[in-house]
Formats: sequence, C-alpha cells, structure tokens
Amino acid sequence: MERSATSPSALTGAAKGNGDAVFAAIVRCSAALILLGLGGMVAVMAWGARGAFARFGPGFVFDKAWNPVTQHFGAAAPMFGTVITALLAILLAVPLAFGIAVWLTEIASARIAGVIGTLIQLLAAVPSIIFGMWGFAVLVPFMAHYVEPLASHTLGRVPGIGTLFRGAPYGTGFLTGGMILAVMITPFICAVMRDVFLSIPAVLKESAYGLGMTRWEVVRRIILPWSRSSVVGGVMLGLGRALGETMAITFVIGNANHIGWSLFSPGNTIASLIALEFPESAVGSLKFSSLMAAGFLLMLISLGTLVCSRLLLRTKAAGR
Amino acid sequence: MTTHPTTPAAQAAPCAGARWQGNSVSDIRRRMVDRVATALCWAATVLVLLMLFSILFVLVRNGVGGLRWVTFVHVTLPPGQAGGLANAIVGSLIQTGLAVLIGAPVGLLVGIYLAEFTATDGKLINFVRFVSDLLLSAPSILVGLFIYMIVVVPSGHFSGLAGALALSMLVVPVVVRTTEDMLRLVPLAMREAAIALGAPRWRMILFVCLRAAREGVATGILLALARVSGETAPLLFTSLGNMNWSMAPGKPMASLPVTIYQYAGAAYADWTALAWTGALLITAAILMINITVRLGLGRNRK
Repeated sequence: MERSATSPSALTGAAKGNGDAVFAAIVRCSAALILLGLGGMVAVMAWGARGAFARFGPGFVFDKAWNPVTQHFGAAAPMFGTVITALLAILLAVPLAFGIAVWLTEIASARIAGVIGTLIQLLAAVPSIIFGMWGFAVLVPFMAHYVEPLASHTLGRVPGIGTLFRGAPYGTGFLTGGMILAVMITPFICAVMRDVFLSIPAVLKESAYGLGMTRWEVVRRIILPWSRSSVVGGVMLGLGRALGETMAITFVIGNANHIGWSLFSPGNTIASLIALEFPESAVGSLKFSSLMAAGFLLMLISLGTLVCSRLLLRTKAAGR
Repeated sequence: MTTHPTTPAAQAAPCAGARWQGNSVSDIRRRMVDRVATALCWAATVLVLLMLFSILFVLVRNGVGGLRWVTFVHVTLPPGQAGGLANAIVGSLIQTGLAVLIGAPVGLLVGIYLAEFTATDGKLINFVRFVSDLLLSAPSILVGLFIYMIVVVPSGHFSGLAGALALSMLVVPVVVRTTEDMLRLVPLAMREAAIALGAPRWRMILFVCLRAAREGVATGILLALARVSGETAPLLFTSLGNMNWSMAPGKPMASLPVTIYQYAGAAYADWTALAWTGALLITAAILMINITVRLGLGRNRK
C-alpha cells in the first residue's frame, strides 16, 4: 500500500499500460495471421486457376477430358472420384465408428474401454502414407484375389446393382480407396461419437433401463435422438478429411482419369491428381492452371463440408 | 458406476408372471435384436483393432530387416549401392523442428487471444476460432500448393524452409486448440490474485495463466509435432526431397515421408525395403509420442 505511492511504481504503471497495448497488438496480429492463412489459400488457388477458368469456362467442372497432349482439361473425372471414394468411406466408416462408440460407452467396462479407446485413437495418429503402403501391400492383393472375383461372380449377376460390381479385378480402384479412407476416418468419427455419448445425463439412460428397455433400445431411442446433430457433425468432419486425403489414396486408386460406374474400376481423386501431375507441369502452363483450378474446387468442396460440420457441432455445444 | 443391465428379464422378479416379463414373441424379438446389435458392436471394435494390428505387423515384418547401422549413417544412394536414410532422417528433424518453432508461438498467441480476449472482441473471436478449426482439417496438399505459390515460385527454388512453413500451417491450429482449452481451465481466482498484486494483464497471462497451463500446452505442441512429422503431401512441392546431404534450409531438403513416397513405388527391392524401414521408424516415433502424451495426461487427471 505504501509502495504504491512511490515513484518506481508510477514508472511500472506507465510501462504497464504500454505493455498491455503492445501485447494485445501482437496477439491480434497472430489472430489476423490465421485469417490471412485461410483467406490467402482460397485467393491464391483462385488466382492460379484463372487461366483454366478463362480458357474452359464453367464447363471445366463438367468436362470429363484430361488430355495433356491436346491441352484439353476438365475436372469432372477426378471430382467424381473424390466424391465417390469419400462417400464410400463414410458408408463403411459410420457403422464401424458407431459400433465402436457404443461398445466403448455401453458395453465394455470403464478400464477396458480406456485401453481400447486409446488404441483406436492411435490409429488416427498413423500417418496417411503408411495407410497407403499398407493398402498397397495388403488390401490391394486381398481385393484382387478374393473380394473382387467373388463379388463379380455373385453380386455382379444381380440385375440393377450388378454394374457396380463388374469389371476386371485389378485390386485398385474406387472401392479399395474408399476402404482405406474408411479405416483412416473411423477413429475421428468414433472420437466425436464417444464424447457425445458420454455427455448424455446418466438419469436418462438409467430410467430407460429401469423401464425395461434393452441396451439396443436405449441406444436407438435415447442415445441417438439426444446426440443426432453432433453425430452428423462428426460424420461431416470425417467426410471433410476423406475428401482432402492424398497420400493414402494415391497408392490404391489406380490413377486413371475416367468415370466408371463399377466400384472396381480404377479412378482418380483431385488430391491424387495434383500429387502426381503437379511436379510435371511448368508454372504458367495451362496444365498448371488446370491443376490449380482442380485444387480450388477441392478447397470449395471440403470447406463447404467442414463449415456444415462445425455449424452442426457448434449448435449442439451451444444448446447444451 | 452404471448398473449392468444385461439380463433384467431373466431375473425372477417379485411379481413373476406379470405380463411385461413374459416370453411373448415380441419380447423374444427384442432380446434377439439386442443380442445381434451387441454382437455387431463387438465385431466393429474387433475389426478396427485387427486393422491396427495388421498395419503394425506389416510395418514390423517388412521394415525390421532394414534397421541396421548403415541405414542411419549412409545417405540415400542409387539402387544396389547399400544406401541409408541418414539425410532423410536429419532433414525430417530439421523441417519438423523449424515448423514447430514457427508454428507453436503463433498458435500460442492465437490460443491466448481466443481464451483471454473474449470480453473485448467477442464476435471476432468466434470467427477466428471457426477459421482455425477449418484449417485443422483443410486438405494438406492444398497447403503445399499455397506455400509453393507464395514462397517457392517467387524465390525461384524449392527449399527446406518452404517445407517447414507448409508444416507450420498445420502446427498452428493444433496448438491453438489445446492452448485455448488449457487456458480456460485456469481458475479465475488465480487471475484475480495476479491482477490484485498489480501485475499488468500481459504478465498475468504469460507468467500466471500460461505457466499454470504449461503441461497441457506442451502436450498440444507435442501432438502437433507428431501430426506433422508424418505429413507427406505438403512437402512434395515445397522441400521436394534431396538425394544428398542437405542441411541448409535455403536449399531442397530430404525428408523421411517424401523419401518413403519415392522409394515405395520404385521397382528396386532395396529401395522398397528402405521405404518400409523408414515407414517403421516414423510410425514408431509418432506412436511413441502419442502414447507418452496419453499416459502423461492420464496420470495428471488422477
């Protein structure tokens, strides 16, 4: 109390106001860096893509050709591949993630669930290139020798859905790509689901069990309705990851720029196309610009998905 | 502890014979559905665990043979000349190190902004947090393209520094997330005590709040390090890779993931073997960091 009146503290008082202003300025600048980072990414992609959009117009999005010889480029085939593999991944990953989340929260005892939950989350830490190598070494031969011949001989003969399962069993292709992505995104979706499931008030579940509901009925009637929007948000988060994934998919997709309705046909994704062809394209060439345009489209698709996901996850968090 | 509700209907209830407890067709159906659903949950868990173990098994089986002294001391050489991965390992360490050095301070400051400046810039804070979350899952190959356009093209050559910058863009959102979460856990009383003692706000934030949250913040930085050390896509167009010793950050620099990518698709047996060894090394390192962090967190929670 006495010291506060002396001159040294008056000095620190002056420095105090100054320091706070400087600190606030530094902190705000860093926050601006984040905004600049994302805004810059979108702007730079759009700027690099201007050549392709000027040359091909909006038709670039729907054009199936990708021909460096005739200098004719279109993004339809890799976009198709990106969306199909990501949707396949979601289709396979959601039931898996849901099953694991239910197992971890409702079936296993707390201690075992802790250990297994950690193991599942370790899968999320494995780098994507490792998934690619594993897919190439294990999954591709497995698909080529067992799954694809079997499926084309049985499901391929069913009228209607048969076209999905016909084709040469290369092992690579949309389905294999979707499976690799599914393994990669399952831990992410599962983590979101488990967190929401754990946040449900125990009273709700206990009263449902008390009324004689079976476990599945509790999951179906109590847990799912409670956590629906967060679960959808988690699924969209996984979808966003699957859309932008590069290294895992590039090993197993087959890298053929065409649109095929067979799940076994080789295809391509935007990210994989960029990884493969970007090193061979000169700055300023039409191919370079077309790759940037494809990148820009990927940016739009994945940002759109992620925005939906965050909005869904946030409304739930706010409503709680 | 929750109750264990497996077989409520099987126990003899005091009002045995009551309608709800009987073995009507619908009761049997309900129990069957429950059994099937439970079995499917078990199956999903076992299947995904099998995938994890399959990945680890394949990595060890194919990679353990290359864990020799030569791998760690020789640089990458043409096929058939007993090359190693030394330059790639060192390059990876330099680039991830630089990435964390660049990205972690920015991430810390943004995390501080999100946690401590809510009173003054509320709306803007929500937007920054939203954008940071978007960056967290933005396609990493596009980050590489971005840095290629703004660093590699103007400077005229690939460089390790460009690679580090690309990686640092992935470090920032991870650090932001954990820093904000950890700062929010610091009790209000500590802030009030610091302010009451006459500390300016920046000292209160840096030396009281951040110090109290330092273990959590360090965890976030470690997790960010683990995340970027396996990233390949952002490095393809920025640091490119290098077959020779490359320590200068201004020149193209080798890195473990890019070398793995180049070698894995090669037709030479010794190159693919080295790719697997590199993959084993990098996965082991990343999983080790993750396990350490998780064990540390578990200990602190108790």
